[in-house]
Amino acid sequence: MSVVAAIDQGTTSTRCLLFDHAGAMVSVAQHEHRQHFPMPGWVEHDAAEIWRNTARVVPEALRSAGLTTSDVAAIGIANQRETTVVWERRTGRPVAPAITWQDTRTSDIVEQMHRHGLDDLFRDVCGLAPGGYFAGPRLRWLLDRVPGLQARAATGEVLFGTMESWLVWNLTGGPHGGVHVSDVTNASRTMLMDIRSLQWDQRLLDALDIPLAMLPEIRPNAQVYGNCSTVAPGVAIGGAFGDQQAALFGQVCFAAGDAKCTYGTGAFLLMNTGSQVSQSTHGLLPTVAYALEGEAPVYATEGSIAMTGSLVQWFRDGLEMIGSAPEIETLALRVTDNGGCYIVPAFSGLYAPRWQSDARGVIVGLTSYVTKGHLARAVLEATGWQTREVVDAINADSGVALHRLKVDGGMTANHLLMQFVADVLDVPVERPLVSESVSLGAAYAAGLAVGYWSDLQGLRGNWHRAAVWEPAMSQAHRRREQENWNRAVERTYQWVRH
Amino acid sequence: MPGSIQSIERAAAVLHLLGASSGPMSIGEIAVALGLAKPTTHGIVKTLRRVGFVTQDRTSGRYALGRELDQLGSGGIDPHELRSRAMNWTDRLAARTGLTVHVGVLDAATVRLVHHVFRPDGTAQRLRTGERQPLHATALGKVLLAFAPGAGPLTALALDGYTTRTHADLGSMTDEIDAVRRQGHSVDVGEHEPDVAGVAAPVRRLGGLTVGAVGVLGRRDQVLSTSGTPRRGVLEHTVAAARAVSVHLEEAR
Repeated sequence: MSVVAAIDQGTTSTRCLLFDHAGAMVSVAQHEHRQHFPMPGWVEHDAAEIWRNTARVVPEALRSAGLTTSDVAAIGIANQRETTVVWERRTGRPVAPAITWQDTRTSDIVEQMHRHGLDDLFRDVCGLAPGGYFAGPRLRWLLDRVPGLQARAATGEVLFGTMESWLVWNLTGGPHGGVHVSDVTNASRTMLMDIRSLQWDQRLLDALDIPLAMLPEIRPNAQVYGNCSTVAPGVAIGGAFGDQQAALFGQVCFAAGDAKCTYGTGAFLLMNTGSQVSQSTHGLLPTVAYALEGEAPVYATEGSIAMTGSLVQWFRDGLEMIGSAPEIETLALRVTDNGGCYIVPAFSGLYAPRWQSDARGVIVGLTSYVTKGHLARAVLEATGWQTREVVDAINADSGVALHRLKVDGGMTANHLLMQFVADVLDVPVERPLVSESVSLGAAYAAGLAVGYWSDLQGLRGNWHRAAVWEPAMSQAHRRREQENWNRAVERTYQWVRH
Repeated sequence: MPGSIQSIERAAAVLHLLGASSGPMSIGEIAVALGLAKPTTHGIVKTLRRVGFVTQDRTSGRYALGRELDQLGSGGIDPHELRSRAMNWTDRLAARTGLTVHVGVLDAATVRLVHHVFRPDGTAQRLRTGERQPLHATALGKVLLAFAPGAGPLTALALDGYTTRTHADLGSMTDEIDAVRRQGHSVDVGEHEPDVAGVAAPVRRLGGLTVGAVGVLGRRDQVLSTSGTPRRGVLEHTVAAARAVSVHLEEAR
């Protein structure tokens, strides 16, 4: 049996999923890695631990399917975006813990960039106004704080990468001939790449004083970067993708206007904008959707919601209301509505489309009527309303209304939530037969590169509807609830004092 | 007469001890209190933790009674957790068979559908999660009657006839459930709706406890061969999916 392996290097775990020709999952193996919180607002990963887990999950997934390396046509990688690693070329040792996408330590660097009037330059070239969310400022932070790093970076003695670079380099031999590459989607989240030419831009590098010598070569998403020399020796690495773009690709959103929302720790709604780099006036970010070898890049507009699954985790671990995340649906079904209670999870500010960094979370509408069942509803409804805000922004930017939404990710197992999303969007919500769209997208890229799949049209035929939730909320009820949600959100603004 | 099993007696003692304790206890404290060796205590506590009767505090590493003890009557797993853990494997089952997939649990003498995966054929279908179906006339229901705790005696069921193939009398139903127990799976040859057939297998937790059932459903000719037995592959894929869900329930704990 011939399969394609996807490595999904995520925020909490590293997994390997095997897919067959029909795009169906054959097996999966997973190892979680530790989260390090050395200071408030800091979130670090040990890149060496992640590499060790990667080396374990691939053979484990093969073993559980009764397959061997010779059955693997190609390996593709999808990864947590913007998480920043710097390592020694000679030894392969990371010089510092990886700074993750959730880490907020670079706010001073970003503030300085604003003060130096760099916003326009960055927005014009890479499409992004300086923000602590991206990898570039994290790299600057490491170059400032790790003694001697700037000089070693200039000679190319140390290398920078996001997780896909780190894994490809290690898989292809590490210190012994490892290939140092990044893909266009991950590179588009560094703030260092020209979003049109898809190359590192010297003006942006100069602005952040980042030596070109330490940067990986930027490659298309579907291309053989090299062959594994370890873990799955001889197997081609056929592609890499930032996780959210991977999910867009896995959901076969190949035409302008196609959109998907992935519900995980956070939620990320991306819409294909074709050859257009979108210029949002409603708080969305332009990004590269994918680039195939020899073809013009395809762009997307992105709306990110900081807390969705992580709010449920907080409900489980912080409030101890439930024993496992799926139990929130059981609890919420004990009641028929939110009892007048609203939770706005602005734990570290609000992301798209409001972008309020000084906002903090609130629970409003508490009365003695409210039970934990109502709180469970309010937790789930927060994800629904935040999705609505991003969809409204996308509709306002494009002037066309989204007429259905493809969803994926672990939270699509929550049918109450998916029904609520359909209700507040007033459009049908669809789940594909493979909810693991992130991994599937990475597999598709790698499979295309080696001819396992022939073209995008063939991949479209692999998409099947596994469930659809039809809107069932009255217009009047939706309007009233949306007003309440908006009033709740207003109460989160400017909570942080400076 | 078979002798009593010492490790079960000791496990019961650990539960009594933790139940009476004013706070979480360490392995050392439990061992001293019961006069057991530390490695023995560790093995017992670890097993109790695996089945959910004991929980370990994340920060202190100490042990207390687990939530499962409060839920002994609830059938072994939260239905939405079952759906969440089953999703990848039921998707795979739908992809491999081209059939509708249901996951059901026992709920007040009916099957409650906790998950539904559409037939991957592009046709319009309606999500049926939450619906109830009769136990005696569906593949899912017959698996639950045969294996699930709390299914009650067959004599308590109203054996309504839905089609000419429904087992609508006690004798025929008793034979059918015996057959399901022998085979380890069930087949609905058109007993609920005349043209719809199904195959189902149990989802089991540690120790063999059945907590739900996974089944496929489709037109009679898609599910059954001309001899009336499940088509090649349909039964194997269904049993494999139920096993995969069972394994995954324990892996993630």
